[in-house]
Amino acid sequence: MTFRNADVLLDVLRYQLGLTGAKPGCLNGDCGACTVNIDGAAQKSCLMLAVEAIGKEILTIEGLNAPIQGVFVDQFAFQCGYCTSGFIMNAHSLIETKKNPSDEEITAWLESNICRCTGYMEIEKAVKSVIHLPKGP
Amino acid sequence: MIPYDFEYYNPSSVEEAVQLFQTLHHDGKEPMYFSGGTEIITFGRLNMVRAGAVIDIKNIPECRALEFNQESLFIGAANALTTIEERNPFPLLSQTVSEIADRTARNKITVGGNICGTIFYREAVLPFLLTDSLVLVAGHRGLRSVPINEIFQEQLLLESGELLVQMVTNRAYLEQPFVSIKRRRQWDTGYPLITVAALKVGQEIRVAISGLTDFPFRAKQIEGALNRRDLSDEQRIELALHSLDVLILNDTEGSSQYRLFVLKNTLHDVLHELGG
Repeated sequence: MTFRNADVLLDVLRYQLGLTGAKPGCLNGDCGACTVNIDGAAQKSCLMLAVEAIGKEILTIEGLNAPIQGVFVDQFAFQCGYCTSGFIMNAHSLIETKKNPSDEEITAWLESNICRCTGYMEIEKAVKSVIHLPKGP
Repeated sequence: MIPYDFEYYNPSSVEEAVQLFQTLHHDGKEPMYFSGGTEIITFGRLNMVRAGAVIDIKNIPECRALEFNQESLFIGAANALTTIEERNPFPLLSQTVSEIADRTARNKITVGGNICGTIFYREAVLPFLLTDSLVLVAGHRGLRSVPINEIFQEQLLLESGELLVQMVTNRAYLEQPFVSIKRRRQWDTGYPLITVAALKVGQEIRVAISGLTDFPFRAKQIEGALNRRDLSDEQRIELALHSLDVLILNDTEGSSQYRLFVLKNTLHDVLHELGG
């Protein structure tokens, strides 16, 4: 695969690799729809050059298999669904980083993402429900 | 999509980065140092910034330093804001940068990038101005250490090709009482209106402000007024506001009158928190 040095990761994921789960929204680092996880940290892929990601582990919604996805369905935590993958990737990073985050930490992390349908209450419920799921051994 | 391409370099030492800049500049490539790169990417997409080459400084150990010696704290310019928040070596800095953008963006934005940026706010510089920190700058003549209150005049006054490597802060300041207050017009996530950071050193209150004018600054006139213990709080704040000699921003985030109103209330909060 080849790409330009100036190509952002979002464009390479979508248009070179066909991984369309990360969504183009504001393209300005404001909305969070393009969030992916880089070495475990949530990153807005519109704010990162693809060349910066060389040698790093890139996890997109297509490669995720985690309880947070199921609880978004259970809690009806999406309406149009455009922001959903970004919210899930950010929430997954939160849950993996902080095993028992406080309400303030959850709010601080999720402020990185915008839901145009304003389904914030359901999203918060979904994230909190997965935090309280029984953990594996 | 950024409508033009550039060369990308990823040096592993300060010397290599500076040399690369010199060579690329000589070759007419219009190089730029690239740390978090958020401004280069977002402004580049709008064709408001143009570089022929970018020099990524994130793999330079000195630019990633976050360490103490007996006297000082050394913060590398390429540390992400969330790294500073989580490791928290400098509580006033952690508090101030935790209000910049949002958490995911702060995984990318770096402290040096924020200080060297072109947006009005650049709140990361406020704690360094308050603590009379030094900045370590590398250029083709080598390294130089400069007081930030000398080199930061509306912006960091670097010479062509110079690289901001580290900020150096005396440890004695890290334990002093502080307050950092960010006011937005709406909610907790709107664009900033005003940020006031204040530090109490002995009985003296120091103040630095972002968002009042189109650059962050150490407000020495305000400090002089706020430290007038012969006056009431109300009189000190009135004197502080009258002492301002900067052009107050007047834009869609807030009129100049509204900004002064918010500043007045915020200075009350500063005096309340730091005990005048």
